[in-house]
Amino acid sequence: MKPQVIQKIGFVATAIVSAIVVVPIFLVILFIVINGIQAISWEFLTQPPRNGMTEGGIMPAILGTVILTVVAAIFAMPFGIGSAIYLAEYASDNWLTRTIHLAIVNLAGIPSIVYGLFGLGAFVLFFRFGTSILAGALTLALMTLPIIISTSEEAILSVPMEFRVVSYSLGATKWQTVRNQVLPNALPGIITGVILGLARVAGETAPILFTVAAFYLSELPKSIFDQAMALPYHLYVISTQVPGMPLEIQYGTALVLLLFVLFFTVIAAVMRSIMRRRREW
Amino acid sequence: MVSQVEAPIISVRNVTFSYADGTQALNNVSLDFQANELFVIFGPARSGKTTLLRLLNRLSDLFEGTKMEGTVLFNGRDIYSRGTEVTDLRRRISMVFATPTPLPGTIYDNMSYGLKMAGMGDSQVIERRIERGLKQAALWDEVEDRLNTSAFALSGGQKQRLCLARSLALEPEVILLDNPTSGLDPISTATVENSLEELKQSYAIVMVPHSVQQAARIADRAAFMLDGQIVEVGKGGELFLNPQDGRTEDYITGRFG
Repeated sequence: MKPQVIQKIGFVATAIVSAIVVVPIFLVILFIVINGIQAISWEFLTQPPRNGMTEGGIMPAILGTVILTVVAAIFAMPFGIGSAIYLAEYASDNWLTRTIHLAIVNLAGIPSIVYGLFGLGAFVLFFRFGTSILAGALTLALMTLPIIISTSEEAILSVPMEFRVVSYSLGATKWQTVRNQVLPNALPGIITGVILGLARVAGETAPILFTVAAFYLSELPKSIFDQAMALPYHLYVISTQVPGMPLEIQYGTALVLLLFVLFFTVIAAVMRSIMRRRREW
Repeated sequence: MVSQVEAPIISVRNVTFSYADGTQALNNVSLDFQANELFVIFGPARSGKTTLLRLLNRLSDLFEGTKMEGTVLFNGRDIYSRGTEVTDLRRRISMVFATPTPLPGTIYDNMSYGLKMAGMGDSQVIERRIERGLKQAALWDEVEDRLNTSAFALSGGQKQRLCLARSLALEPEVILLDNPTSGLDPISTATVENSLEELKQSYAIVMVPHSVQQAARIADRAAFMLDGQIVEVGKGGELFLNPQDGRTEDYITGRFG
């Protein structure tokens, strides 16, 4: 066969494969948007559920997910970024750090239900936090750590070596170099990693199933030791556990969850492009 | 001009150095550097010149798994002994690299970086040091009114002079120059070479040159390096006109390297 013919076949084949992957995703999103959009209203977003959750809004679940994400970020960021700095800048290349790297990669692949059960055992029972926002957020934080650590480490390592060498040559200490040259230049990558990590877990059900999520609460949580409703779990509940649930509310909830995660991703993309434009090297 | 009775400011004694992969970069090197002298270390690529420069202010510490024997004395004190404050050492023996590498930020940020890292907070002193450093590196007139613009907006020659000025702001005793004119056009090169003439009034300069011609132009004294060894050391004029060693002569006359 002529090379030109083979090239045509190669192009068509890869294009078809891409379409098979991408088209269903768009269809799913389109389906959720079309069916969910009529449920979205000011009332839906700001009111608690009424009448056995078949009426009213989903405000407590939205609020719960926002709180969980924020608290998870507060715990995950210092530990994740700190570990990344240590691994990238301080740890020497030996069997121990190689094992740690391998462990981090594997942690990212552990099923979320395993994190949920670990959170139940460690935070709910062992540390006696009970079924609470704290326990749930810690579980989510744990789950984001592998993503935050590996993306932050990558961002740190991509800062040109020359900046470090110049900094040292001007009499800076290791920490001064990390603080003044490495971190500011790695920041766009680190922030992207943190946001994407959070976006990934904000929509997870399994980790919050045993650690924080409530079927229905008549009151909003008052402290991080209270239970909370959360969007993913709420979606699961109203889709499978409540008979006679209007489809509209189910699709509406799914759409809100989708937009919530999309919001994170868009923020990450925008921040990255702004910071990249400001970057001079 | 150079008085040989004066104690050397840096004294390299029987230094042998190899990298983690086993390459021996320096083999029993001994050299003395004097104050107010422009000392040139020249030789073919991979002969150990840059390695030797990096050893003088312990930038070689940044490489893992290296092996070193011998001593390096700075003002009579072994810089590899315990208790040496490496950050302080690098302020007193400052290095300028072959590729101009401004740090991200403004000209002012670059100039003040070393001073701020040393804990200097008095902005008047910092500004005085910046002005002096930029003047010594012959850059002041060109950047005086735009210290707060990005250092990356400068031309190649200006960047390299900024890197030199950045080191000078620390008021070091020794300046290490690793091929500072490598990427520069002839006019910028001449500007830098002229500044060096001025600078050696106040500093000891150890420099790896861009070419033999440059070495011959500017050296007070020079050492020819080959395969990690010092072949010959001599006064600038004599070494280039009348080398004692056959290998030096071959290199200078362009028979190899």
